[in-house]
Formats: sequence, C-alpha cells, structure tokens
Amino acid sequence: MALLTVSGSPHVQSNQSTKKIMWTVIIALFPALLVSIYYFGIDALMVTLTSVVFCVGFEWLIQKYILKTKTTIGDGSAIITGVLLAFNLPSNVPLWIVGIGALVAIGVAKMSYGGLGKNPFNPALVGRVFLFISFPSKVAMSEWPLPKPLFDSSISDALTGPTPLLALKNGQVVDLWNMFIGATGGSIGEVSAIALLIGGLIMLFRKVITWHIPVSFLTTAGVFSLILWLVNPSEFIHPSYQILAGGMLLGAIFMATDMVTSPITYKGQLIFGCGCGILTIIFRSFGPMPEGVSFAILIMNAVTPLIDKASSPKRFGY
Amino acid sequence: MKTFNKGGVHPQENKLSNDSAIEVFPLPKQAVVFVSQHLGAPSTLVVQKGDKVKAGQLIAKAEQFICANTHSPYSGTITKIDFATDFTGYKKPAVYIDVEGDEWMEDIDTSKDIVREIKLDSAQIIEKIKEMGIVGLGGAAFPTHIKYMLPQGKKADFLIINAVECEPYLTSDYRLMKEKAEECLTGIEILKKALNVDKALVGIEANKPDAIEHLTKISKNYKGINIVPLKTKYPQGAEKQLIYALTKREVPSGKLPIEVGCVVNNIGTAQAVYYAIQKNMPLVQNILTFTGKNVKQKKNLLVRVGTPIQSVIDYCGGLPEDTGKVISGGPMMGKAISDLSAPTVKTTSALLLMSKKESSRKEETNCLRCGKCVTVCPMGLEPIKIAQLAENRLWEDTEKSYAMDCIECGSCLYTCPAGRPLLDLIRVSKNHIGDIRRKRAQR
Repeated sequence: MALLTVSGSPHVQSNQSTKKIMWTVIIALFPALLVSIYYFGIDALMVTLTSVVFCVGFEWLIQKYILKTKTTIGDGSAIITGVLLAFNLPSNVPLWIVGIGALVAIGVAKMSYGGLGKNPFNPALVGRVFLFISFPSKVAMSEWPLPKPLFDSSISDALTGPTPLLALKNGQVVDLWNMFIGATGGSIGEVSAIALLIGGLIMLFRKVITWHIPVSFLTTAGVFSLILWLVNPSEFIHPSYQILAGGMLLGAIFMATDMVTSPITYKGQLIFGCGCGILTIIFRSFGPMPEGVSFAILIMNAVTPLIDKASSPKRFGY
Repeated sequence: MKTFNKGGVHPQENKLSNDSAIEVFPLPKQAVVFVSQHLGAPSTLVVQKGDKVKAGQLIAKAEQFICANTHSPYSGTITKIDFATDFTGYKKPAVYIDVEGDEWMEDIDTSKDIVREIKLDSAQIIEKIKEMGIVGLGGAAFPTHIKYMLPQGKKADFLIINAVECEPYLTSDYRLMKEKAEECLTGIEILKKALNVDKALVGIEANKPDAIEHLTKISKNYKGINIVPLKTKYPQGAEKQLIYALTKREVPSGKLPIEVGCVVNNIGTAQAVYYAIQKNMPLVQNILTFTGKNVKQKKNLLVRVGTPIQSVIDYCGGLPEDTGKVISGGPMMGKAISDLSAPTVKTTSALLLMSKKESSRKEETNCLRCGKCVTVCPMGLEPIKIAQLAENRLWEDTEKSYAMDCIECGSCLYTCPAGRPLLDLIRVSKNHIGDIRRKRAQR
C-alpha cells in the first residue's frame, strides 16, 4: 500500500501564492506603462525593458554565482523592481545608466540582504535615488521629455520641458486634466494619474494591497499641503497639483505599498502612510528639489520596524 | 449577523456529505477499545482477559479528578488486553473484543422513544454524566462533568452550545440537528438544569439555514433555548471565539469560559447527555462523516467506538487510488492518520480522504511580510513574529510574543501566500515554552 502523508494541521491552504501576488502587481503596472508608451513612444518601452532585463539578470547572476542558491527569478519580484525603477526615470535616460540603477536596486538593496522579503528598503527607490545623486544631469534635470502622442505627426521631434512640479515651482501654469490623463512631462510611470489609479484598483480588488497606505498617504499630503497653501497661496502649491503631480500617486499606490518594506498591521500602515505624506510635502515645499516622494518613502521604510513594534494588534483576552 | 471580533478565514466549505442521512454502521467482528479516551488522568481497567461483556458495560473506571469512565460498545468476549496503536501512531492500553451479537446491559433503554421529562436534579445529572463517560465531542475529549462542577464563587449565566461546525467537509452535527433535533434539545435542557441557568445559546453558522430553521421551530417547545445564526467564518467553533460571537464576552488569556459566566459544550455532547440521562446509555457511539473529494460514497455513519478505521473505509467503497492523506476530523484542525488499522475513539467525528495533490503543501518562499497572518489571527497574535523567533530558537521570546495564546486554528498557515509553516513553528515554540515553564516551576 502507498504511504500516507502525515503532517500537522491545517491540511488545506488558500490559493494565494507569492507568484500570484507578484504577477498581479505586474499586471497592475501595465496601464501606466501603456500610457507612457503612448506619450513618450518607443523610448519608454526600451527603458522599461532594459531595466527589467537587467534586474532579472542581476538577480539570476547573483544567486547563481555569488549566493549559489536556487534561483527565484520566477517569482516575478525582480520584474516588478525593474518596471518600478524604469517608471522613476525619464524616457530619454541613457540605457547604461538604467543598468547601473538595476545593479544597485537588485545587488545592493535586495540581494545583499538575502533577497525577496528580507530587504528593509524598497529596491527600486534605492536604485532611483542612487542614480538621482550620482547622475543628476541624466535623471533629474530641469528639462524632461514632453509627451508626444504616438499617432500625432504634428510634433516631429521629441521636445523637452519642465515637469509640472518644477513648472509650478517656477510659477508657471499647468493643466490639471493633462496631469490626470498623463499628457505631461515626467518620469515614465508617474505621468498618468488615471492609469495609476486603475492599477491601484486592480491590486485592491485582488487583495494584494489594502487601502490603508495609499489613502493615508494621499490624505495626509493633501491636508498638509492645503494648510500650507491656505497660509500662503503664492509660495505653496495647491493640494490638487501636489496629489496629481510627480511621483505622488506612483509612490502612494505602488512604492509605499510594497509589503516587504511597509508595516504589517493596518494601524502601522496608517502611521506609515501619514509619515510618507507629511515628509513628501516637507521635502517638496521646503527642500531644494521639486520631488520628495522617494526620500519620504525610504525614510519611512527605515522606521518600519519601529512602527511594527508600536502597532501590535490588540490581543484577545488581555 | 453575529460573529467573533478578530481575524478568521473562509475556506471552501465542501460540505459534500450534507444530503446523506445518518446510516447505522454494521458491527465489526473484532473491535479495539482504548482504556482511556479523554483528556486527563488515565482510567483504571475493571475487566480481565476472557471476561464476557455486554454493550454499555463499564470496562474502565475514572478514579481521579479529571478522568472519564469507558464502557464497552459491544457484547462479546475480551480476547486480549494489550497496547494498541492509535491513529496518530501512539501505543496506548486497549481492550480487544470479539464481538458476539448485540446484547445491551438490561438497564439501558435502546428504544427510539423520545423521553422529555427530566427526573434528576442538578447534582444527580452531573453524577450521571460522569458515570456514563461523557466527554466533549467537539474534539478535545475533556470530561464533561468537570465543566459543570463550578469552582467556588463562580456562577454561570449562559450555557453555550457549539453547533457551528465551522470546519470544512464535516456534516455530522448538521445531520444530527436535522434528524435528532429533539434529542439534542432535550440534552441541552438537561445541561441547562445541571448548570442552573435560564438561558442556552445555540450557535449555528449561516451556511446551515435548514438546520437553523428546523431547530428554531422545535426549540419553541423548549424554554430558554435560543438558536442564534452566526456569520460563516472559521474558527467560529473555537470556544473563546464562539463565546465572543454569542455574548460579546472575552475570556481572559489562560482562563476558562466560566470566568465570563459561560460553559460550552458541543451539540453532539448534548445528544450524548440526552442518552446518558434519559436512556441510561453511556457514550459508546458517535456520528462520523466519511468524506473527501474523491470519495464516491460520502456518508454520515453512526459508528460504535472501537471500530477499525480500515473497516469504515472498506464499507464506503475502499480507499480511492490516489489517496495521499487520511485525516481524523476536519481539514483545518484534524489530525493526519498514520495507521488505518487503528480504531475510532469517542471523538472521531470524521474521516476525510485527500488526494495526493491535495495533501502536499504549496511551495515555500521567503516571507513577504504581507501581514495576512496577523490579519487573520483570531487571537490577535503576530504569527510572523513568533515564527521568526522560533526559527532563531529564541524560545523565551516566543513566550513574550504570546505563543501560548495560540489556539492552533491554522488560519495563519492556511492564509500565508509564501506557504510558510507558521503554525508548525508556533507548535514547536509552545512545546519549548512548556519545558521552560516546568523548569521555572521547579526552581
């Protein structure tokens, strides 16, 4: 007779898996990718593909030759890091810079801690910030590629111009509707609010994320910037622009919600989101740069263990 | 709709044997009856090899406080008194009986007539429950009479009856409620009298609407028995969770339900109490769900205690080709059986057969820190944290992370997308904490 399996209960498991979660996120990133290809053309796709290939490649190489462990590239997490890294870069960035960013994201921020689930900081953000401080002229210039719709032949050459945040900081006028649909300058993945929101809804619906981080992040940022704007509307940017411009939605929906680097409990996630919101507005309003989302999230990543400790759930029977 | 306050999961219900009426399982030729079938001190054997016994005759006596009597479920000859392997692989003292006919003790009423009138008073009922060897049929096999001997200064407000049956696949309580509602309700009335309370709350999950309807209708003939529908959510049948769902009272950590004025028994136990008090019949049989996705004949069987598990399987068409695991109980908290020749015991409520594919765990990856284990824990624990500490063998710290409060419902392991062995690690922690506490007590 065949042997029976003997193991501890429970004997059934849910159909959730690491792979399913990761692929859901990848699917959720597609609307934003498609919009950016529409507006920035084949460049956007090239940067994204390069980033993904490098990220997956570095993970495979490091696991095979340095860590000598079974490869985990099939779980899809390196693909997400690749896409998110590309989403934080302009479409005209030289591809070799993308490669360096991928090496820092995967090699330094992820694999050196032990791979998926062990990294304290969001790998894509670490890669982006590394490029940001190393090659400011290539990835954080004042002139970004402007949208040039794929089928619009009236614009012959790719133009560049300031991102909405920079323009606003300089006192220029920016069209809110263009920011909502993505017809604006900026990083590959951050331009279209609607595409990011659709992605967020996909993840919410598939229970990959919960509402806690995005909502607390955006609400706090909105309220804080509203207060600043009410105090001095000529110096501070209106909250609606703050929310729609730059990496705010990309950060709140896809970066801050990274489960590995954010708190475990809902209570902790609310604290985390509030922290991100406040820091982002501080950096944007009082810092030297127009952007602040990356730094805000990375700082909150660092605080996550502390938040986890402080936000233990209430135990039953105590 | 009422339910418990924290966490919980909703696995596929798979109540495949819902429509199979209770069927009397034929007597086996040979049976093996364990001397002790309860949680607590072992019982003392009162029969010898060669003795002729009748069904319902005492074979092992409770001589210590937390202990229960054991009776022979069969008439026949005791051929051997020896160790036998139970379904989890442990060797335990047992009585081997060659079954001859089906002759019951003379003072046992084996008729099907419903006896409503309760003649005994509270103390007599408790004594009788003890005499008849009733143990909790929800799974723990705790001697029932102990629960009704309230500690000094404690008073019960509610009798709580667990008819939740939140485990997937299991249908024995459901069939019991549909077919033996009067026996169950009279049993509840008896327990109410034993406890001196006016109110009994019977919790049933909403996925059994016809049982709720049927019991509600018949309970009109009884005083103070409330049938309460509960939202379908696992582990509603866990004692503390059920008490909360029905009364909003939270049993303090490490304390018994009586601390919040409740005594909890399973609906099957209530029926056993009915037979004990009204029919003078000891606990020698129970209803067993035989089920599984590949099982052709899914059944609910009335089985005498001590029936070899293999014979139940044979009766229901044999073991399907690709069976990978046989479970005693439900898929969430049941125990995997290592030896099919082992006999059933008082609390064997189900045999669940799983295919090879169903019986392997999913691929394990690193923890993603998704926090789902924390969200689903009905005790408000952080399985992720306890598991990490356990992997680093920091047992003292697992104690500080409240590992001992874990009720082992398995919701964390069920939910974990990374397939991490969370509950296994918590169980190991609990063992180590037990050792640590014993050492501490010696000091």
